[in-house]
Amino acid sequence: MNEPATVRDEDERLARERRKIARDGPKLNGAKLEARLGQTWRRPPGILGWLATVDHKEIGRRYIITALLFLAAGGVLALLMRLQLARPDNNLIGAQRYNELFTMHGSTMMFLFAVPVMEGVAVYIIPLMVGTRSTAFPRLNAFSYYMYLFGGLMLWIAFALNIGPDIGWFAYTPLSGPQFSPGKRADIWAQMITFTEVAALAAAVVLFCTILKTRAPGMTLARMPLFAWAMLVVAVMIIFSMPSVALASSMLISDRLVGTQFYNSFEHGDALLWQHLFWFFGHPEVYIIFLPATGFVSVITETFCRRPIFAYPIVVLSLVSTGILAFGLWVHHMFATGLPRVGYSFYTAASMTVAIPTALQIFCWLATMWDGRPRLAVPMLYVIGFIVTFVIGGLTGVIIASVPLDLELHDTYFIVAHFHYVLIGGAVFPLLGIITYWYPKITGRMMSERLGKIDFWMIFLGFQLAFFPMHFAGLLGMPRRVYTYPAGLGLELPNLLSTIGAFVVASAVLLFVVNGIVSLYRGAVATANPWGAASLEWATSSPPPVYNFAHIPVVESRTPLWDMVGELPVVTGLRVDDKEMLLTTVVAATPDVREPVPEPSLWPFIASVAVGIFFISSIFSPWAVVFGAIPSAIALIAWFWPKEIKRHPEPVIS
Amino acid sequence: MIPAPRFTDSVADLPTYKFGPSSLTWWGIIGYMVIEGAAFALAFAAYFFLMGHEQGWPPEGRPPPDLLAGTLFTIVILLSEIPNTMIKRAAEKRDVAAIRALMPVIVGIGALLLLIRAFEFNSLNCRWTDNAYASIIWALLLLHTAHILTDWIDTIVLWMLMRTDLGWEGRRLVDTDENSLYWRYVWLLWLPIYLMIYWVPRL
Amino acid sequence: MRRRAGALVALLPLLGACSYQHYQSAFGNAAVEARQFNILFVIFLVVCATMYLAVIGFLIAGLMRRRRTGNANVIEDRRHHESDPLMRSGLIGWAALVGSGLVALAIASFVADRSMAGAAAHEQLSITLTANQWWWDAQYNAADSSKTFHTANELHLPVGVPVRILLNSNDVIHSFWVPSLAGKQDLIPGRQNDISITPRKVGLFRGQCAEFCGAQHAHMALVVEVESYADFLKWWRHQLQPAPSPATPLALAGYNFVTGRNCSACHAIGGTPAGGTVGPDLTHFASRRSIAAGTMAMSTGNLYGWVADPQALKPGTKMPTIGLEPDQLHAVVAYLETLQ
Repeated sequence: MNEPATVRDEDERLARERRKIARDGPKLNGAKLEARLGQTWRRPPGILGWLATVDHKEIGRRYIITALLFLAAGGVLALLMRLQLARPDNNLIGAQRYNELFTMHGSTMMFLFAVPVMEGVAVYIIPLMVGTRSTAFPRLNAFSYYMYLFGGLMLWIAFALNIGPDIGWFAYTPLSGPQFSPGKRADIWAQMITFTEVAALAAAVVLFCTILKTRAPGMTLARMPLFAWAMLVVAVMIIFSMPSVALASSMLISDRLVGTQFYNSFEHGDALLWQHLFWFFGHPEVYIIFLPATGFVSVITETFCRRPIFAYPIVVLSLVSTGILAFGLWVHHMFATGLPRVGYSFYTAASMTVAIPTALQIFCWLATMWDGRPRLAVPMLYVIGFIVTFVIGGLTGVIIASVPLDLELHDTYFIVAHFHYVLIGGAVFPLLGIITYWYPKITGRMMSERLGKIDFWMIFLGFQLAFFPMHFAGLLGMPRRVYTYPAGLGLELPNLLSTIGAFVVASAVLLFVVNGIVSLYRGAVATANPWGAASLEWATSSPPPVYNFAHIPVVESRTPLWDMVGELPVVTGLRVDDKEMLLTTVVAATPDVREPVPEPSLWPFIASVAVGIFFISSIFSPWAVVFGAIPSAIALIAWFWPKEIKRHPEPVIS
Repeated sequence: MIPAPRFTDSVADLPTYKFGPSSLTWWGIIGYMVIEGAAFALAFAAYFFLMGHEQGWPPEGRPPPDLLAGTLFTIVILLSEIPNTMIKRAAEKRDVAAIRALMPVIVGIGALLLLIRAFEFNSLNCRWTDNAYASIIWALLLLHTAHILTDWIDTIVLWMLMRTDLGWEGRRLVDTDENSLYWRYVWLLWLPIYLMIYWVPRL
Repeated sequence: MRRRAGALVALLPLLGACSYQHYQSAFGNAAVEARQFNILFVIFLVVCATMYLAVIGFLIAGLMRRRRTGNANVIEDRRHHESDPLMRSGLIGWAALVGSGLVALAIASFVADRSMAGAAAHEQLSITLTANQWWWDAQYNAADSSKTFHTANELHLPVGVPVRILLNSNDVIHSFWVPSLAGKQDLIPGRQNDISITPRKVGLFRGQCAEFCGAQHAHMALVVEVESYADFLKWWRHQLQPAPSPATPLALAGYNFVTGRNCSACHAIGGTPAGGTVGPDLTHFASRRSIAAGTMAMSTGNLYGWVADPQALKPGTKMPTIGLEPDQLHAVVAYLETLQ
């Protein structure tokens, strides 16, 4: 061979050392194993340790809490908007400020709350649900959170400094172009997109690889929980769709900063190019938000109806086909732009077709309730609220899929009603249900059931009061994005009702937060599996130890905890004194590789600061692209450079 | 109640690295290749969308880019696949010495490519501010340049790594294998861009 | 029961709304296109409401179903891997129901779409509408160019006559929408769109820009008056007349001010030296129903307010506040009021 002699001696030394390595199994288990695993997997203390964590549970919790803070911030903006619209010809908030409010509200809700909260929940729960110790690429996971945080902070600090964007959450050109939006407001918006897309794409790669490669032995694709299927489809959707908006927003910054002509119709560009690129992302985006929520509904329905979801293969096919079909609909946002009518027919047909897989999923959930024994605990109430509410939104979606109908309803409050029904009914209700459901796993305590029930009714009824009248406002002629409306058109009553409803919803959200905080201290202590559920996250303590599972479980069915006889089968042999996780094959989940897991590292944080500075300064000067790239490159190289120079019995990344 | 464990097989004899789809980073790289592919595909779509509006391309009868620098670039990058494949095979055969010998070759070719690329920018015969045609071909060339530049820097870092004792670790061989895979993607993606910038305007 | 409260609340806006004039309502039914919308909307509403009731019915049935111990396919009875065969056939039936419902709706939609496209081919009147931030320029086209004229923010249409409106934009994307007459169509810079309308009812209708176009998007409305063919021709002839010469000294002073540099840089007034095209044509300004594209009703008081300080009433508008002396203000308003 071509290794030098000294290395051969090294090899023998290493082989000797290998035999001494401590591994989990019959010889090392129980409290002794747990103590050593806890030591190996521990996070360093202090603020540097906090910044350097690679624990997916910590990163997931940060994502969720940050996203909920942005939800609250965006909600406050909505309350201000509703106060302004409560009466006609109101002058509480002027035109410029109002335009900033709805831009910030939409951008915050879509980019800083909806997608990050879904990714955060997934990042927390997926490794536990698929039976492994860490996500794939934990440092990339940490980097993704910091990029998200910095992007959100940039946007909101700009808003506070009165240079926030005012062009709507989808920033149509040429209004958002250099001629009609001078200054930096539109650039702040466009760069926020870059931050959040980098973060979301990184998290998508993490989830994609985690779901495909790190599942417990025996958890074939056909035995994988439906939430994992949903997140797999969503990760692929993010990977295909988000580059579109990143490209579009970069082209916008380029038009504004260095004088390119992509969106300038008078220099052979096209204002509609923006709309195509944006909506090619924008339509899949709403399914990226909705599909994880369908995963939540499957999880809750299974546990609280005491049986697996009816027709699992149909649900999986629905998820996959929704994910694929979602990419063929985007032109339905552009029915009023004057493109050829014949082409529009295809998008009407596709937009209606996408309702079919969702309708099938709904049947499967209802059939599970029919076949099972539903228990109306708080999470199940949210599932019922979801069905009652989301289906209304889905049906108004079928209405606006028709071109003649959409031409009246497009850009009116009818659309605002539609998308709040599908987003709040279809994503937020399941989210509140799943937070209640996984709260014991995350915190070790139960949320108050009584408060939860009151809260559910408040938010459910408050939502209907706030948003149902908007259908009428739209039909009576109220366009979107107007800071006021005249008296005498019949718009006073719907707007007043919406404002009252909005405050009921806000109070309900506040009550939910209160329940969440108080239950941390006063909630009943949770066991490992308080709901008697079937999936693997309930096979470890609440909250889980930092290493998730003392032994990696083996899975033999879709509902492992319901089908195990007495004991949980586990594999043995993973290292105890170094961080290691098990990779399995993609389809059949046979054990394949023992993958070293990275140690905590500050480099993801440092790299995100460098990249953040690079992104923000490129709003102001094109040279920042060159000068900002250098520290970013240095940080990334330092991140990937392995720390240990001496040879180790088995190579470990650190 | 946490269920008691029933011990089954041991995974202690599994390797800590494997090539190809068994490697976690292989999937990560595929993920990023798809992301970049989607971004390029959409840039291609934008190119054809803008072209669809025009009678002539380039519009206003302007000259298309000169062929020399771009064609020279294409030839050199296709030839770079020879040392690239040799490096990939060496990695799979665990031939560290061969990798250490070949890496400077590919790094040198990368430097040459970046030099030729600078001349390409100069031979586009338009400025990015002229019109949307100019903007999109500058954008395509710039995106691909970013692609080459980042992969070139990655390759230099890997070369430095392979020169240390860390080069003997199995993980590094997998990294080298995947780096070669990525280089293939970089030139594969170049081919349609080359056609779009240099040949489609001449049709 | 409490869920139904939501539905009850939903009825209230309808009841309250009945007392209003609804001249910006999508149910105005005032043109062939709007009527087609109404019919199609009702068809969709009926089909969708039926589907919704089916879902809710199934939900309630599933929740209320009596389950004695041992009867449900649950983990507690170790029957969680079985399922009711009724559900299997139910799934197929459901898929068929949803599929056929969607196909029926899609067909209805295509039929409506094609018939609207068919109706659009026979227009007898042509208007070119150009959108600006935040007002509408309307040019009534005629074969004889001496019969062509410009007006702003207000359209008159003859009932029963198909009109084709060409749509352009001078700046950003806007959208032309008069709900009682037809659906909307965008006005996109660098592109010409068009929309066809055949009004059926005489009356006054209001429209608004329906694509966010900047600061004063909320105040970019237009009034459409549909009238008999005879009245329409009278209006057209009147629009072709130049502005009357000022008859009083105050109006004359106003004329001098307006046609001097101050207003004529942006506005045109037929029969005077004022020929600016940046702002609305003012030849028959005082005969219009609103000021500043629907921002306020036409009245002497509002005219004073607008001319004195447009920025206060429509902040961000392109018309500057130039700070008039009181006597200049009186003169200008007096002159403008003569522009009937």
